[in-house]
Amino acid sequence: MDDLVIARSLFGTTMAFHIIFATIGVGLPLMILVAELLYQKTKDLDYVVMAKRWTKTFAILLGVGIPTGTIAGVQLSLLWPGFMEVVGRVMPLPFQIEIYAFFVEALFMSIYVYAAERIKPWMRIVSLVLVALGALASAVLITNVHAFQGTPAGFRYENGEFLDIDPWAAFFNPSFLVTAGHVALSAYVVGAFAVGSVAAFKMMKNERGSRVYLFHQKALLISLVVGGAFAFFTALNGHESAQYLHEYQPEKLAAAEGLFETQSHAPLAIGGFTDRETQEVKWAIEIPWALSFLSGNSFDTVVVGLNDFPEEFWPPLYIHTLFNVMVGIGSLLILIPILVLIWKKGLKKKHYPKPVLWTLVATGPLAVIALECGWIFACTGRQPWVIYRILSTAESATTATNLGTLFILFIIVYAILGTAVVFVLLYFFRKNTEMDDIKRAEKKGKPLYGSNS
Amino acid sequence: MADALIAITVLWGFVFIYAVMATMDFGAGFWSMIYINHEKTKATNVANRYLSPTWEVTNTFIVALVVAVYSLFPTAAYTLGTILLVPGSAILLLLALRSAFLVFSNIATEYKKPLTYISGIAGIIIPGLLISVLPITHGEFVDYTNGTANLNLVRLFTSPNVYTFIGFAVSSTLFLSSLLLADYSKASKEMEAYKVYLRNGKILGPVTLLMAFLIMLTLANEAEWLYERMMEDFALLLLSVGFFLIVGIGLYGSSPFQKGVKGMPRLSVIAVVIQYLIASYVYGKAHLPYIIYPNVTIQAAFTDPNSFRAVFITYIVGFAILFPGFFYFWSLFMNDKRYLRQKG
Repeated sequence: MDDLVIARSLFGTTMAFHIIFATIGVGLPLMILVAELLYQKTKDLDYVVMAKRWTKTFAILLGVGIPTGTIAGVQLSLLWPGFMEVVGRVMPLPFQIEIYAFFVEALFMSIYVYAAERIKPWMRIVSLVLVALGALASAVLITNVHAFQGTPAGFRYENGEFLDIDPWAAFFNPSFLVTAGHVALSAYVVGAFAVGSVAAFKMMKNERGSRVYLFHQKALLISLVVGGAFAFFTALNGHESAQYLHEYQPEKLAAAEGLFETQSHAPLAIGGFTDRETQEVKWAIEIPWALSFLSGNSFDTVVVGLNDFPEEFWPPLYIHTLFNVMVGIGSLLILIPILVLIWKKGLKKKHYPKPVLWTLVATGPLAVIALECGWIFACTGRQPWVIYRILSTAESATTATNLGTLFILFIIVYAILGTAVVFVLLYFFRKNTEMDDIKRAEKKGKPLYGSNS
Repeated sequence: MADALIAITVLWGFVFIYAVMATMDFGAGFWSMIYINHEKTKATNVANRYLSPTWEVTNTFIVALVVAVYSLFPTAAYTLGTILLVPGSAILLLLALRSAFLVFSNIATEYKKPLTYISGIAGIIIPGLLISVLPITHGEFVDYTNGTANLNLVRLFTSPNVYTFIGFAVSSTLFLSSLLLADYSKASKEMEAYKVYLRNGKILGPVTLLMAFLIMLTLANEAEWLYERMMEDFALLLLSVGFFLIVGIGLYGSSPFQKGVKGMPRLSVIAVVIQYLIASYVYGKAHLPYIIYPNVTIQAAFTDPNSFRAVFITYIVGFAILFPGFFYFWSLFMNDKRYLRQKG
């Protein structure tokens, strides 16, 4: 492998590992907040127990999310010094403001966990809201840098120099809101279905109608409502994202859809694999005219095909598959909660049959797969550019060679952390069962949050 | 020029704050490991009581520091990013293991010991690697071929000066954390732990001062320009040593207001922070205008003026918003008897 491929693989691995923790880290606080609010409304202690257990999970995941996030932030400078030099000059604000969001999250997370029993209930809610806002803000701000990479703004680029720099115009680049919105909304989808997966799994493991079963059923219901709603919002926003691609990065949309010839009434290809030689998407289902309509709300919309661009500027063609997987799973995650809720509430069925529960168990991993596909699509779809049509990835990479050893070392450390975090989660929740926490919660005056083992 | 000076002062401020917080953080992790089998003294508990709520906040400062470098001095960030690939990656790998296992050790109580050992040992190596960035910026380990900078690792790790820096970082980590934990355990009324940390401070203080002298001694050989400029502020260096003596008074003397308790750890903590502040001011002033000697200066590396203005405004707004949060945090974890004097 050449050094550029290793640098990209190393950074890609860091991001692929980090985003799992980062995304759940944005999604879970909302679930905790919903549980806390439901408790205030219903005074049902189960919701307090949920909030406590999710908070513990959140704290454990932060143990990996924070250091891998630190790695990602610093590795940007180590592997892509050329890119960060430009970002530092033109687009420093999102990183800078993100630091404040981190501080808000870190300060109030500690307060929520370690001072839980010493502060007033309303202050607990305020702390939690600040944690959730801090996490959301960091996701939105870091995605803003990604948005800038696709739709750079706020400067004039002449003869390799950046002139007339306006950092706020760079900050409010055209795709900021739509891209950041996509990441924020989908984070709530992942957080909700991660919870739903565990709840469905526990319902299978416990006797129907038992205390523990009912506890998890409440959790599942929250996750279906929150997850389904946000999956729907994500889809709406995704539609807008595609229209932005049509307007600002047409070759990315063309590669995502496997469209070679520029045309109006363009068809939408679902599934299949893009073939570079024959210039078609093999084994795809084609919906006539649909792509034109989706891109510009009219069948007459002319969608630009790949052949209008020099081949060296084509994104890799496999992004068609990544795009399909993301959209496919996203659609399933809207459908599944609707069907399950109809089954449960509409048809007034008492229990969930096994296949339904298994499907629900699958939703969490599916959401994570969609998340990974979406990010890889978004980043490889921008290639060969690191800043669209301004700076190429190759130009921005480090001049250092022999990155292979580092790549292996980072993979080893991620493997260790990934394995350890799973063991720690399993260990902790095996030692502290739902019943332990429910009993602790029922005894007044006993600290619940500080309880450990 | 004025803007670049303000910017480098902000950066220096971040370096200083992170350095102080990180020494206390990594040191507390190390002590928590050392005293894990001495359950009676509660020295481990006190260290953990400090560490649990603070490590995330401390960690955020290192990110703030890196962000400040590339948003204030993007050109310097380019060179630093290139030459620090290996030491930077080593720091990141150790930091990842350290933070993760620190969290895990508090959750998986049965495996507390092995997990604490991993995080404690990883944690005490990190300050040594972090401080190696300073001698790297002195320039003598950086080779330029065809305009690209390269770090010469062999020269780096055979330099006595680098080893004195590393030794200074490790002993400072242990020294400052001992002082802080002495103060913290006194406030927590954990007198057994207090005695342990007070004693550690008495031993490590002279060791750290010796290391500082050794840095100056080897610096005269390896980076003469820096040594001579630092000696121009000899009076301030003496003042810094003077504050070290006040640290000693805090360790050995008895408070006139409190009978029966030896030592005034709060005085020592404050004095030591001032001591380091003065010393790092002298170092930083002598280092100017170079970020990396002799090719990267603050003027040449400075960001776009528009960007600087925007970033500077966010510093002011961010500080105004965060300050109450920091104060509330401090009052809950550093100044609340219910937290400090809990059992276990």
